[in-house]
This record gives sequence, structure tokens and C-alpha cells, in this order.
Amino acid sequence: MEKEAIIQVRDLVTYYGNRQILKGVNLDIYRGEILVILGRSGCGKSTLLRHLIGLMKPSRGQILIKGRDITTMNEDEMREILKKIGMLFQGAALFNSMTVGENVALPLREHTQLEDSTIQIMTRIKLDLVGLAGFENFKPSQLSGGMKKRAGLARALAMDPEILFCDEPSAGLDPVVAMGIDQLILKLKNAFKMTIVVVTHELASVFTIADRIAMLHEGEIIFQGTAEEIQNSKHPIVQQFLNREADDVEPDREKYLHSLVKS
Amino acid sequence: MTERVQRWFSALGRPTIYALVHLHRLNRLGMETLRWIFIEPFKGRKIRWRSVIEQSVRVGWQSIPIVGIISFFVGLILAMQSAYQLKPFGATIYVANLVSVSLTRELGPLLTAIIITGRFGSAIAAEIGTMKVGEEIDALKTMGLNPVSFLVVPRFLALIIMLPALTLIADFLGILGAYLFSISALDISSIRFINQTINALVLRDIVTGLIKSGVFAVIIASIGAYEGFIVEGGAEGVGKSTTNSVVVSIFLIITADVVFTALFYSTL
Repeated sequence: MEKEAIIQVRDLVTYYGNRQILKGVNLDIYRGEILVILGRSGCGKSTLLRHLIGLMKPSRGQILIKGRDITTMNEDEMREILKKIGMLFQGAALFNSMTVGENVALPLREHTQLEDSTIQIMTRIKLDLVGLAGFENFKPSQLSGGMKKRAGLARALAMDPEILFCDEPSAGLDPVVAMGIDQLILKLKNAFKMTIVVVTHELASVFTIADRIAMLHEGEIIFQGTAEEIQNSKHPIVQQFLNREADDVEPDREKYLHSLVKS
Repeated sequence: MTERVQRWFSALGRPTIYALVHLHRLNRLGMETLRWIFIEPFKGRKIRWRSVIEQSVRVGWQSIPIVGIISFFVGLILAMQSAYQLKPFGATIYVANLVSVSLTRELGPLLTAIIITGRFGSAIAAEIGTMKVGEEIDALKTMGLNPVSFLVVPRFLALIIMLPALTLIADFLGILGAYLFSISALDISSIRFINQTINALVLRDIVTGLIKSGVFAVIIASIGAYEGFIVEGGAEGVGKSTTNSVVVSIFLIITADVVFTALFYSTL
């Protein structure tokens, strides 16, 4: 079967003020795969994700979702695209003023003409899928971190999306709960053929779920390939990341002294 | 020398630029709000009336006790203070004129607006700010829901409807305060006070007061929402924006009050 690129990123460049965050990113994401965007804090991976879902507009470049450029879309066109995309936020971003059930039901209430009873059933199905059956009437503040993530996932899945974005799904969770979230992501891919893009720096999670890995460093993609390929990569920065080595501090200190003397 | 001049200019220019940037963004938020009230409904994107009602209950119904008590007390105070001045002239009956006119034209709208700024304007800033910090605003956007339509419009409409309504209640209860004082302490009969008040008040007094309260409602809603959306950096940012929303709103309310009072004064 021919691999179909559902998301294509072309020469994506973006700035925060004068600082260039993404320096010409090119990336293809194929239908039905789990792509992990890996990188250190501040490398621009969250920024890239925010561009993919249209929360930020790039300075230059294109993002094609199913062949259509989302960077030039108006609000109405973007809304249609977003109906088929789900996003799990780092802090789950549940609406604290609503119950868990209302959170999950919100996209259905807003975007569909379904009967209230149908929406309730669908909400229950989604919550069941993430292992939160019976928690409809809980407020987000009554849930633990892992449960919030699950509820956030249920909400992201409400509209049966084709594409799911996850921002640091296992950040701040204990290893057992984090593993549970990873299993859930795998289940979604296998059961629903969803395309899933995960941004993370948790290595354990990467090797569990990734079909392919793209590594971002200082706004550039320095590696793309499978889990096996990344372990055989000779790239020094990739190696440093995988081996969890700290940055060399000594030469920097000398440079720092020099810069002090010069100024 | 040149450096001092430069510093002077930059000290002048920086706040000006900040102010202009804020004004520009505030204007954009205002335009967006108006678009979702007047244009989008005709394109099939309905106003969330259920949400408008929920917010109206919060800002209107639940504020009646506090607005009522305060305006009743202020009416009472005004009556006592003006009686103190009018007594030497044997003109205590004019307490009715003084209190009813100053309440409907000025103090009713102003007091109500200030109370609602503290109660509701700050709540708008805190809620939207907390949602921004918790990525809830982003979550709305990724669901294809517009935060202005979802959060600002219901609060805006609730305020526009409820603030004038509360103002009317404040007017009435303030005059009631003056009435109770007059009939019990000033030897003015109930019917005389009522007649005097009815003769003193013209419709224009009440209407100008209500126009003012409509303007105040716009100020409270837009400053509250704006301060919420510009929150940066966690709980501290939310606190700062909430405080700012109250200070800026009250400042703008009083400024607008000066302008409108001058306008109504010169056209009468």
C-alpha cells in the first residue's frame, strides 16, 4: 500500500520577536502512523505542534493537511478541518467549570445536531474507551493527574478525529500511569487507524509507541526515522540525547570569561 | 545632553506606545465581539442564549441584594446630609428633589457600575485569565470554538441587559431610603414626598442615567475580558490582571461619566 502523507510541513519558519524558533522545518506525517517529535526543552517542538493545529501562524512556509494549506485558511474553513482533529494538551486543559461528561460532550453539542440522549451515550462510550466509565459527573478538580489526561483524551476523541495531537502525554505522571497512557495511544492507533503525532522528551515512552521519530534541535529537524534507526544514528546530538549526557560546561565557562574581558 | 534628551523622549514614548498597543488590541477585541453579536448570527452561528441567561442570573439576580442595600443606604445618607443643609431655610421638602435627581442622573448608575465592576468585571478577568493559563482557551480554539463567541459575548450581553436593570432598582431603593428618612424624621407626609419626587423627576433624568449605565456595561465587559485574555505567567498573572481590570474599569467609568454628564448638561 502506498503511504499517503496526511500532513505535510513545508519550509516552516517562525519567529518570536527577533528570535527564530523554527528554521525551515520539512516533515511528512503519514496516515495511520504514530510520529513522535522528540527534542530538548526549548527546541521548538511545542511551537511546531501549535502550528500544526493552527494555534499559531508561521512567518513563512506551508502546512498541508489532507492537501490543503491551513496557514492561509479563514476561520470557517479551519473550523471544518478542526472537527476532524483532536488535541490532548499537556495539562489536559479540561474546562474546570464543567463536569467531565460536559467536557467530552461539548464538541458534540457545538458541532453536531445530535439528540441530547445520543450525545450522552457517545460521551459514555468515549469515557469508557479511556477507562473513566462512571466519572461523567465528576469535576476535573476531583480527578488525579492521570485521570485528567484520560478525560482530556476522551474529549479529544469526541468527534472521532482522523488526526490526534498529543503534547507531552506522559509529562508529570508516574511511570505506571504514563505507561497506561502510552497503551491507550497504541490502542487508538490500532483500533481506529488514527494518525497520531506525539511531542515528548520521555525516551521510555518514545520507544513504546513510535512508528517513526523526528528529532528537532534548535528549530531544525536533525533526524527522521524509525526507533531502530535512531539508536544506530551517529549524529552527536542524537547520541547525547539518547545517552542522557549533560552539556559540556567547561569550554563554555572559558568562552564566558573571554566575553567578559572583551566587553 | 543628547543622551538626556533621548532618555526623556523614550520615557515619554514607551508608555505611549504601550497605551496605543493596548488600545489597538482592545479595539480588536471589541470589533470581534460586535461581529459575533451582529454579523455571525445571520451566518447561522447563533448567540448562546442559554449562556447569556446563566451569566445574567449571576450578574443581575445575584447582585440585587448588595446593590439594593448599598443604594438604600446611600439614599438615606444623601437625605440626611441634604436635610442638614436645607433645614435652616425650612426647605427640607427639597430633600426629595435633591435625592431623586442626583440618584437617577448620577449616583444610581455610578454606584451600580462600581459594585458590578468589583463583583463581575473582576470575575470575568479572573475566569478568562485562569482559562488562558490552563490552556483552556487554546483547547476551545482547537475544537473550532471561538473564545470570543463562547466566553465574551454571553458576559457582554448579560451586562448590557442587567446593568441598566440593576440601576433602576438602585434608583428606586435609594429614593426609598430618602423617603423613609423624610417621613419619619422630617415631618413630611408620605403623599407630599411622593408628589414632590414625581414633580421633580423628569423622564430625561432616568433615561440619561440608563444611557450612562449602558456605557458603563460596555466598559466593564470589555476591560474584564481584555485583561483576562492578556494574562501571562500563571496564578500571579491572573491576580495582576484581575486587580488591573477593577482599577482600569473604575477609572474609565468615571472618565466616561465626566464626558457624558458634561454632554447631557450642555444639551439641557
